Amino acid sequence: MTLLLNGEPREVAATTLDQALAELGYAGKVVATAVNGDFVPARKRETVTLAEGDRIEVVAPMQGG
Amino acid sequence: MASFYGFEPKSRLFLGTAQYPSPAILTEAVKASGVEIVTVSLRREAGEGGAGQAFWSLIRDLGVRVLPNTAGCHGVKEAVTTAQMAREVFGTNWIKLEVIGEDDTLQPDVVGLIEAARILTNDGFEVFPYTTEDLVVGGRLLDAGCEVLMPWGAPIGSGRGLNNVYGLRSMRAHFPGIPLVVDAGIGLPSHAAQAMELGYDAILLNTAVAKAGDPVRMAQAFARAIEAGRGAFEAQPIEARDMAAPSTPVMGKAFLS
Repeated sequence: MTLLLNGEPREVAATTLDQALAELGYAGKVVATAVNGDFVPARKRETVTLAEGDRIEVVAPMQGG
Repeated sequence: MASFYGFEPKSRLFLGTAQYPSPAILTEAVKASGVEIVTVSLRREAGEGGAGQAFWSLIRDLGVRVLPNTAGCHGVKEAVTTAQMAREVFGTNWIKLEVIGEDDTLQPDVVGLIEAARILTNDGFEVFPYTTEDLVVGGRLLDAGCEVLMPWGAPIGSGRGLNNVYGLRSMRAHFPGIPLVVDAGIGLPSHAAQAMELGYDAILLNTAVAKAGDPVRMAQAFARAIEAGRGAFEAQPIEARDMAAPSTPVMGKAFLS
C-alpha cells in the first residue's frame, strides 16, 4: 500500500507501524512517530494497523532554540 | 538559586543549539560557558542517513539537561503532539512550549498557549511556556500548572534586547516567587545583564551566540554578563534620580572663592 511518509508517498508491504518503520530504514533509530496527526508511543507501534494513504510522521532530535 | 521544577542549575544561561557554524563549536560554546541546560527540537527524519541520530549523540555527550521545544507549532493540537513525541525521544518531562500566533514577530498565541499548557501539565509535563510580559496571561499559565514563566525580551532572533523594560519589571514584581526566564530577542550581553538586574532568574538565548563571529567567546561573555547582572540584583542597586547628588562630602570643603 502507499503511505505518506513525512509528506512523501512510499510503497510498503508492511501492515503495522512497527513493520513499516523497519521496512523504511528506521530500525534501531531514536525516533518518535505520529499517524494521521496523533502521537503513537513506541510501545504501541506494533498494535497500529496501517491503511492506504495514512500519513506517517517520523521525527528525530534536531538543533533548536 | 532558582529552582526549575526541582533542578537548580549553577549557570543562569540556557542556550539554544541551532545555527552554530559546526557541531564542534556548539560543543565548545556549551563547555566554555558552563551552560547546564540546552534547548533542542524535533524534525522529520529520513530512514537512511538522517542527521538526527548524530546530533542526539553529540548532545548526550555534553552531559547537560535538555529542554525540548515545540518551535514552529501554530496550534494547540500540533504543539501537544510535538511535546508528546519530544518526551519519548528525549526522555524528559520538560517542554519549552511555543504556540506561535503570528509569523512576522513569532509572537506567542497566548490563548492557545494556556490551553496547551493545561493539557500538558495534566499529562505530567513540566512546562516552560514561551509567553509575553502580560500579567494576566502569566497568571493563567500558573493556574494551568506552569511553575516557570518565560516572557520574551523581543521577537525571536531579532537581537533587540528588552523591548518592554517596564512590562518585564512589572512581571518580576507581580510574580515574586516564580522562576522567570527572559526567552528570545537578546542580542548583547548587556541586554542579558539588564534582565538579570531586574531580578530575572535566567536567560534563554540562541542566535546571539550561534551567529556571533566567535560563538565560543560570545557564550563566555554572556555567562559573565549574566553573573554580573545577578550579582547586581542581589546587591540591591540604588534608585535612579533626576538630579545630581554629590558623592564627595560637601562638609569640610575649603572656602576658596
